[in-house]
Amino acid sequence: MRLWGSWRALRQGGLLCLASALAAPACAEMQINFPEPASAGARDIYDIHMLTMRITFVLLVLIYAVVCYSLFVHRKSRGAVADQRLHLGKFARWSWVLVPIMVLGVDLTIAGSAENVLHRLWLVPKDEDMLEVKVVGHQWWWEYEYLDQKLNVESRALPPEKAGEHYLREVDHRLVLPTHTRIRFLHTSADVNHAFWVPELGMKKDAIAGYVTETWAVIDREGVFRGQCAELCGTWHAKMPVVVEAISPEKFSGWVEEQRKLAAVAAAEAASDKVWSKEDLIERGRDAYNKSCAACHQLDGKGLPPAFPPLIAGQPFPASADLTKPLADRGFFKDGKIVLGTVEHHLDIILRGIPGTAMQPWAQLNNLDVAAIATYERNAWGNDTGDVVQPADVEKARAASQTAAAQ
Amino acid sequence: MSTVTVHDHDVQDHHHHAMPSGWRRWLLSTNHKDIGTLYMIFALVMLFTGGFMAMLIRAELFMPGIQLLQPDLYNNMVTNHALIMVFGAVMPAAAGMANWMIPLMIGAPDMALPRLNNLSFWMLAAGGLLLICSILVPFVPGGGTPVNTGWTLYPPLSLQVGMSMDLLIFTVHLLGISSILASINIIVTLFNTRAPGMTLMKMPIFCWAWMVTAFLLILIMPALASGVTMLLFDRHFGTSFFNAAGGGDPVLFQHLFWFFGHPEVYVLLLPSMGIVAHIVPTFSRKPLFGYTSTVGAMISIGAIGMLVWAHHQYTIGMSLAAVTYFMIGTILISIPVGLMILNFIATMWRGAMSFETPMLFAIAIILLFTFAGMTGVMLAVIPGDIQYHDSYFVVAHFHYALIPGALFGLYAGVFYWLPKWTGHMYDEKLGKLFFWLTMIGFNLTFFPQHFLGLAGMPRRIVDYNLVFTEFNMLSSIGAFIFGVSQILLPIIIIKTIRGGQKASARVWEASEGLEWMLPSPPPFHSFSEPPVIK
Repeated sequence: MRLWGSWRALRQGGLLCLASALAAPACAEMQINFPEPASAGARDIYDIHMLTMRITFVLLVLIYAVVCYSLFVHRKSRGAVADQRLHLGKFARWSWVLVPIMVLGVDLTIAGSAENVLHRLWLVPKDEDMLEVKVVGHQWWWEYEYLDQKLNVESRALPPEKAGEHYLREVDHRLVLPTHTRIRFLHTSADVNHAFWVPELGMKKDAIAGYVTETWAVIDREGVFRGQCAELCGTWHAKMPVVVEAISPEKFSGWVEEQRKLAAVAAAEAASDKVWSKEDLIERGRDAYNKSCAACHQLDGKGLPPAFPPLIAGQPFPASADLTKPLADRGFFKDGKIVLGTVEHHLDIILRGIPGTAMQPWAQLNNLDVAAIATYERNAWGNDTGDVVQPADVEKARAASQTAAAQ
Repeated sequence: MSTVTVHDHDVQDHHHHAMPSGWRRWLLSTNHKDIGTLYMIFALVMLFTGGFMAMLIRAELFMPGIQLLQPDLYNNMVTNHALIMVFGAVMPAAAGMANWMIPLMIGAPDMALPRLNNLSFWMLAAGGLLLICSILVPFVPGGGTPVNTGWTLYPPLSLQVGMSMDLLIFTVHLLGISSILASINIIVTLFNTRAPGMTLMKMPIFCWAWMVTAFLLILIMPALASGVTMLLFDRHFGTSFFNAAGGGDPVLFQHLFWFFGHPEVYVLLLPSMGIVAHIVPTFSRKPLFGYTSTVGAMISIGAIGMLVWAHHQYTIGMSLAAVTYFMIGTILISIPVGLMILNFIATMWRGAMSFETPMLFAIAIILLFTFAGMTGVMLAVIPGDIQYHDSYFVVAHFHYALIPGALFGLYAGVFYWLPKWTGHMYDEKLGKLFFWLTMIGFNLTFFPQHFLGLAGMPRRIVDYNLVFTEFNMLSSIGAFIFGVSQILLPIIIIKTIRGGQKASARVWEASEGLEWMLPSPPPFHSFSEPPVIK
């Protein structure tokens, strides 16, 4: 740690100074270092980062100085004569001991101070009072489960027109967390590997199916912190933002209450026997579709051929037989074009997905949402079938699909 | 064809066998020089294929939004750029140089196992063909989705991919067998066919570098092969090695992959460092400083490099004890690497340097690779790595390590030995132009990526937030300069093959070693009488 003190004079970090001097004129606001930490862990990491950067910068300057001096002085064109005995001298005899000892000294300085920080980061306190959030990675969205509060938040990227300047870094539902509270995160995945990364919190952990790993943080200021999935997870890896909104513990309690009320209202509504009007279903269906389906099938229903089919009758879908055959079997594909199959098959695809393709089951949606989505899809973008699907129809389809699955 | 002319000068030589001609000379070749040439032509073609993919990637990333490549195709380019550069360009080029130079350097008539030599090249070519099939098959109707996993091929994602993944798995098998056969050949050659009097500790350092490399390859390739075989079984035969739902473990594949993947870095690096260890003494006009410690450093790099693979997986949730071990082990690699770099610098020190193209590349390697070593230490330190991991900082780091550490070393070798291979001097002015354009392009491409990573841009994303625009543009402009300037390389090589100032046997004023005692170009069969080393 003595070494640390003597570098303190280089307050801003030599490498950074050099870099900003190079980059400064064109881009005064371009970020060239970590964002301002918002937790103790992130601050520890930032300090280690600056320490290693300063040490390596000084070493680099020393080595470059020696090489540059040699390049200038020991050149044939200046009349230098090679010293044919240098590799036989005393330094040559002992350099293989001296140099490793020097490098080892630097290594131990770095590793020693990293070791303390590592302990604090790695050993998650076993404390009953901690707020526990389970973070589940999905292709391609995040699910946040507040275990004690019994709240579930699904967080999906907003389309560009809504995200604005936070293009690819804004979501429909943020991960709301209280400040000055010890939070334990439990990480896992529902499908392929993902990684949860919020630079301001100094947190990055892989989400791996079959594993539950932990991290922890105490957020020390309010704010919105943006990160994104850091492990390649397939097609829309670039569209998995993580947006944390840190608010005071008091506000957080209020938020939890509010979410609970909203959930209760939604549940009651979905469970009621009410028969919905077509307009109401289309209205709800548009929101639900934009949230759950538009990532692949797009807001305009045109899909992204050849990966994701359009949902508009008459649209061509030039894709491989792996994708078109299951569609044709269900009556949604004919002669290279999309057609609209029956309501029963439509609901079955939503509830059970199409095994072997990217279409996953959406059985976790409530009956009202599924009914609304089906109604919307069958009436939007010129489909105009006039079909109205009621929650009761979904309930029947659910029972039918369970029977089918059981066989 | 340029390749045939290389050996037109050999005809006057007095060899014992008639030299085969036409396609038989190449397809059935058992000659170390011809096979070496084949390896290097293959590598050059692959370098430009992989380079073209890099250009597509940088064009897509020039600004936010998806303009050129759909996400899966983009991920496929990222995957194949890496695979082609590692398995198609750098490893074959280094193997080609080993083939050409090792018999010359140790005073042998040829490689010890010439037919095996032929087999290992043509298996490589078959592997290359299969890799191209893997890229093209998704474009055929019914061909499934492209490999979009990155070169690490992590399951479960790699279990979702279409048949292009199966072709890739077989590619890896073929390339692995090819590398192992080539390594066996090199080890046997180095142990058994050295000239009388050349003890192991008198062996040229390039041979030592390849000795370590060959042992590494034999040790690590089976790990990768078993990993991808299990992947194949999971995909088609109902096993669950990597499927948690069936009792398997997705992380197991990561361990198998990096047990291969980390030493692979040194497989790419060491031959090039061996080349630098020849070039620096030649152009400093004095012997290599610390021959023994350089050999020791190379062996230590190989040995420690085998034991630190999981530093690529700090974020998977290993125990504190495990990550601490991998951190300390990784940091310790800086000791042999530092020693090796010091030996290079001390060789320059109080020399009489001149700056021909190979020396320019060697100096650039020393400076840039040292820089990559520094970011390497930063990455080894876990708290820091929590932020750098899977960000553009990593992309910048390993391109700084592998482009100077591996590719520029091979470039240096090409310029250093081209007069020996062809009998003509290359165009020094063009060589220097090539060097400077390459340096400007390379640094402009990869230096800004450090900042992107620190600011929070993850790697392997097809599209990014607006705050990352400026550095990405800068990086793409650098990449285009870098890419276009590489066209000079084949131009220089073809020009040299066609003619130019005749090269002497010694070629360079202060070159030392058996390879410089034979005429340029050397006869078809290198040494028919073993030279005696005192």
